[in-house]
Amino acid sequence: MRTYLDFEKSIAEIEAKIEELQALAESSDALEMGVELSRLKTKSERMLQDIYAKLDPWQKTAVARHPERPRFRDFVASLVTDFVELSGDRTYGEDPAVLGGLGKFLGRPSVLLGHEKGRTTAERLKHNFGMARPEGYRKAVRLMDMADTFQLPVISFVDTAGAYPGIGAEERGQAEAIARSTERCLTLGVPMVSVITGEGGSGGALAIAAANAVMMLEHAVYSVISPEAGASILFKDSGRAKDMAHAMKITAQDLIGLKVIDSIIKEPLGGAHRAPERAISTVGAAVAQALDGLKDLSPDALRAQRRERFYAIGRLENDAA
Amino acid sequence: MNWLSNLARPGLKKSKPEEEKRETPDNLWIKCPTTGDLIFRSDLEASNWVTPAGFHMRIGPDTRFRQMFDNGRWTLVPLPKVPTDPLKFRDDKKYSDRLKAYRAKLNRDDCMSAAYGAVNGQRAVLLVQDFDFMGGSLGMAAGEAFITAAQTAVKRKCGMVCFTASGGARMQEGILSLMQMPRTTLAIQELRESRLPYIVVLTDPTTGGVTASYAMLGDVHIAEPGALIGFAGPRVIEQTIRQKLPEGFQRSEYLLDKGMVDMVVDRRQLKDVVSQILSILTPAAAAASAEPENDEAQPQPEAEAKPASRSGAKRAAQDKKKPQQKAAE
Repeated sequence: MRTYLDFEKSIAEIEAKIEELQALAESSDALEMGVELSRLKTKSERMLQDIYAKLDPWQKTAVARHPERPRFRDFVASLVTDFVELSGDRTYGEDPAVLGGLGKFLGRPSVLLGHEKGRTTAERLKHNFGMARPEGYRKAVRLMDMADTFQLPVISFVDTAGAYPGIGAEERGQAEAIARSTERCLTLGVPMVSVITGEGGSGGALAIAAANAVMMLEHAVYSVISPEAGASILFKDSGRAKDMAHAMKITAQDLIGLKVIDSIIKEPLGGAHRAPERAISTVGAAVAQALDGLKDLSPDALRAQRRERFYAIGRLENDAA
Repeated sequence: MNWLSNLARPGLKKSKPEEEKRETPDNLWIKCPTTGDLIFRSDLEASNWVTPAGFHMRIGPDTRFRQMFDNGRWTLVPLPKVPTDPLKFRDDKKYSDRLKAYRAKLNRDDCMSAAYGAVNGQRAVLLVQDFDFMGGSLGMAAGEAFITAAQTAVKRKCGMVCFTASGGARMQEGILSLMQMPRTTLAIQELRESRLPYIVVLTDPTTGGVTASYAMLGDVHIAEPGALIGFAGPRVIEQTIRQKLPEGFQRSEYLLDKGMVDMVVDRRQLKDVVSQILSILTPAAAAASAEPENDEAQPQPEAEAKPASRSGAKRAAQDKKKPQQKAAE
């Protein structure tokens, strides 16, 4: 059963009809049905096209959070061979909200990192809905240290509502863990490529996304605070999340203009969740291309490139035009 | 509480004492937020806005500079202009209007002020974040100020001391405020590469994206007593876990206990502690070019001194009532 979003109701109706007809067509051999079926399919496709061509920021947030959207494990399963998952921060514990390990990314030996939200209820609880604690970021630092030592590029997949706000997380230095992880990204002497695949939620996302190349899936969002939390602070009403989503400029299409991201990775029609395999392979190609573009740079050149990249964001001379 | 206090006398409007005080910035007596005792204003000034009970009132850049720099002499570091309101953001008010109002009120472009001078003879760049300016929120101006301050320290081969006070990222600048986290982190790397010390003094409050970037990346972390320091604000945590938070949670002393800061230092000892650290971490660089720049420090005009301390009083009076602004994670 597919999960339909609020604004996909019309599509849900047509697709239900299509399914019904398909079931009928199997049992009888009416030619008419075939004609009707293809007519409906064209119609639903056109509707999808229309809806997805003009998703607003709030609708995109819903797509970015879609429960069937590809997750870290899906990307790794399709794009990485010989994956060896590594666990623990060697200090306190293991945080399954941030996963990582070694593997060959489309043949390239790499260090992989990413938030994992999980899919089933049990998984979601286990991964804390992708909201990391300090241990997750310290594990990320540990893995980035390894990447530097063994001269492996780092690829990160970002998908989190934000770092977890809890007593234990505060007690163990959530802020410091995020700061150190961001810093480690920026001091890496090896290439780092990040993809915002779903939700890029604030510092918890940035901590593993301060990369040489930052890409975003077409319907992903990336923001300083979740629209709900932002609305509850600025509007004193979390119900106005939609307004906040609009005001904050959180879509890939907005962020490329601000130079926060370098490129947008196109999603299959109707979002990555409708054709995950296709979405994943597009991501793979884009990451591989970015990595190839960085592979000849020296450690110093890579650090300098990151510095220039982030320093340039929001600078006045860039806005002169 | 009793029936008398509920009775409003005809013709007299009931008003809350705190609000009255707010309108008289020059008042002679200031109430200690912990004990409620009235303290003579000049006594408070003399004790760097620490009450007899040890409560550290919030202070702004001018008061801070005057306390830290030798002989009240410092040179302001010019801070670069940044784009104003690139997102054309509005909540119930336009962000650009909000900015204008704060600029007019505090006579400053944004929340950061940077100055160069000597702290017990140790040259340093001091960067002070003013909570009164939009909750000290970290936006493009603050980020750019941080980078400029760090690069000034590198140029002058001296250490940098950052006094943090912020509710977190400036949401009105959206993702561009988030981007100040990696940007300030990169500026810290410039100090590290030049082997120059970066000292953080965490003051009340320091939360959100500020804590999750430059406030937690110092070579040494000093916290003022009783300061609220954390990643997520207490309200957000309470709402998430639906539990009351323990007493003293996210306060300086708690962070010391948890290993996140090196020490909790009374403001009145701060200058000595900071200069001590600087003297050990910057001996070579300081000796190299100590003399020629000393005469650049200009005495600050008297006129500037007054409004600064007045705003200190106002700040102190408002402390209890002021809502925590803009805590972003």
